[in-house]
Amino acid sequence: MLSPRSGERQQADFPRHLRLMRRTFSLSLALLLLLSPSSATAAEPIKLGEIEPLTGKEAAFGQQAHRGVRMAIAEINARGGVLGRPLVVVVEDNQSKPGDSATVAKKLLSREKVVALLCGGTSSNCLEVAPLAQTARIPFVATTATAPEVTEKRDYVFRSCFIDPFQGAVLAKFATTTLKTKRVAILTSVSASYSVGLSKVFREKFTARGGVIPAEQKYSEGDKDFRAQLTAIKAAQVDAIAVTGFYTEAALICKQARDLGLTIPIFGGDGWEAPELIEIGGQAVEGTYYASHYSSESTAPEVRDFVKKYRARYNGETPDSMAPLAYDATLIIAEAIALAGTTDGPKLRDALAATKNFPGVTGRTSIDAARNATKSAVMITVKNGKPTYVETIDP
Amino acid sequence: MSEFLQQLLNGLSLGAIYALIALGYTMVYGVLRFINFAHSDVFMVGAFIGYYLGKLVPENTVWGGLVVLLAAMIGCAVLGMVIERLAYRPLRGAATLNVLITAIGVSLLLEYSGQVFFGATPRTFPAVFPSSNYSFGSLVISSNQILVIVVAALLMVALQLIVYRTKIGTAMRAVSLNPKAAQLVGVNNDVVISFTFGLGSALAGAGGILYALNYPSIDPLMGVMPGLKAFVAAVLGGIGNIPGAALGGLLLGTVETFVNGSQWSTYKDAIAFAILIIILLFRPAGLLGKFTVEKV
Repeated sequence: MLSPRSGERQQADFPRHLRLMRRTFSLSLALLLLLSPSSATAAEPIKLGEIEPLTGKEAAFGQQAHRGVRMAIAEINARGGVLGRPLVVVVEDNQSKPGDSATVAKKLLSREKVVALLCGGTSSNCLEVAPLAQTARIPFVATTATAPEVTEKRDYVFRSCFIDPFQGAVLAKFATTTLKTKRVAILTSVSASYSVGLSKVFREKFTARGGVIPAEQKYSEGDKDFRAQLTAIKAAQVDAIAVTGFYTEAALICKQARDLGLTIPIFGGDGWEAPELIEIGGQAVEGTYYASHYSSESTAPEVRDFVKKYRARYNGETPDSMAPLAYDATLIIAEAIALAGTTDGPKLRDALAATKNFPGVTGRTSIDAARNATKSAVMITVKNGKPTYVETIDP
Repeated sequence: MSEFLQQLLNGLSLGAIYALIALGYTMVYGVLRFINFAHSDVFMVGAFIGYYLGKLVPENTVWGGLVVLLAAMIGCAVLGMVIERLAYRPLRGAATLNVLITAIGVSLLLEYSGQVFFGATPRTFPAVFPSSNYSFGSLVISSNQILVIVVAALLMVALQLIVYRTKIGTAMRAVSLNPKAAQLVGVNNDVVISFTFGLGSALAGAGGILYALNYPSIDPLMGVMPGLKAFVAAVLGGIGNIPGAALGGLLLGTVETFVNGSQWSTYKDAIAFAILIIILLFRPAGLLGKFTVEKV
């Protein structure tokens, strides 16, 4: 076996289809090198992996977040990349389906050999990715997953947004001090870990502030009919409804609530934030409130600068908070790579954990001991079909 | 009391849609003795025809809405007949299981072609009919709910008239009773079966529009759940029996709504299907179905 063989023989021993594959591969590699502008420097790009719901029910989250990541990468590469190497992102679509995030994460980790993972979309998606990243010892930054358990007990998992206990406290404070409500009904999506967690914290914080929750109703992701739950809520005579799920259902809930003659305020968490909320809900979402990570109306220079660049790039559209969160996360990873001086997993992890006061679009971001970002929240209302800033809340 | 009435009303408007879809399942079963699983996707195509046409006609007008409804019905009827011609007719003499599996294949084909052509992102269905809310005391009903119940009732009456008062209806019943004997007395089975598919699919198209009007977020997989429920409704009422399908749909919609409004909303599908199992234990042929001994 160990005796030296001629190259010819070795090739003949090689299975035919593998040889063909190898040839195609080296050919495409050569083509890629020819096409890429950096072929002169021949620096190997640093690969980031991104998992997003680009299609399906939560597509609005994924599409916005991916734009944020692409913007950040374009800017980093324009500045000369990281460690003298350009940054590229390999994006995979989980189709807003349970189970698909894990499948594409495995592909990114084993085949693409990415140095870090980013995942937008829901907490359920990120919970699928987190254990895989932990086992592979590849740092993973969740950009919009607010459920606490995403980062718990996994020291390779970070996030660039606030968490649900914080958000639940913000909503409870908003309901008691701004809306001045005493009786609030909760409508929870039982098949979304985000919604279940947010409802739980809201219930605790709201009752701690002296509020009463006379009605709690449930639904599942993908449900279309909420009239039954809303009729029960109407009978409970409440001052407001907290809908802790995502935008598609939230819009339908607002519509059916108004159809049933419920004119009380309806509010929710950052899962509401998408252009589709207003598109589907129309007149019915007018005057409803939701929590968010930033407001595009803010006068902070970082925000103004970001909104201007985003509009120039994407036909004048105004970004909601998914894009800036993903943008910040990408910049934080790039900075951590520069700081670590390597793309080695454990060293990169340590550099990420040391992030302090990073001047992002969504506020100054510090990573705390539990690997969560700490920053304040804003409340947004829909006014004349446009998301409008109400107030900034620190519970 | 008013909460009970409101829930009943909500349940009836949901059940009316299930009933419309269930009619298509039951008619095809009555004539061909197989479950057309592609039916729920014809329902989805109906909603998408409405989505694209709804942009061409002026919004919030009665005639615009009727044009959309009629076009979706015709479009779905044609689609149903094409599916029958291409997928099911070549298997006419084959075992029922082969046709059943083909039906599942057609269903998946429609769903995933839908994702390619329409995109997987949910779309917002335009408000093609003018809508307003009426309240009677504490009872509130939207014009869309009234529309669903009225259109469903009209279509069911029309269907009953077609099946029992017309020549083609008589031929349908003849094919259902005994296809060979029907052929012997001069019925063209192909035409009758094609007509049955067209009629059933037209009802699915109407169901698609009515569903989308009430729940204006549509996507290529929107037919899966309502289709499953409607299939259950058809079995519940007695598969092959037209009034049975209508009754089954209304019953299922009402039960689901009442469970949804209670503490046990998480179990709504489980409870609805448990009721189905109990009814079938006592009446194996469904509520209105006749139990017949298989002839040897």
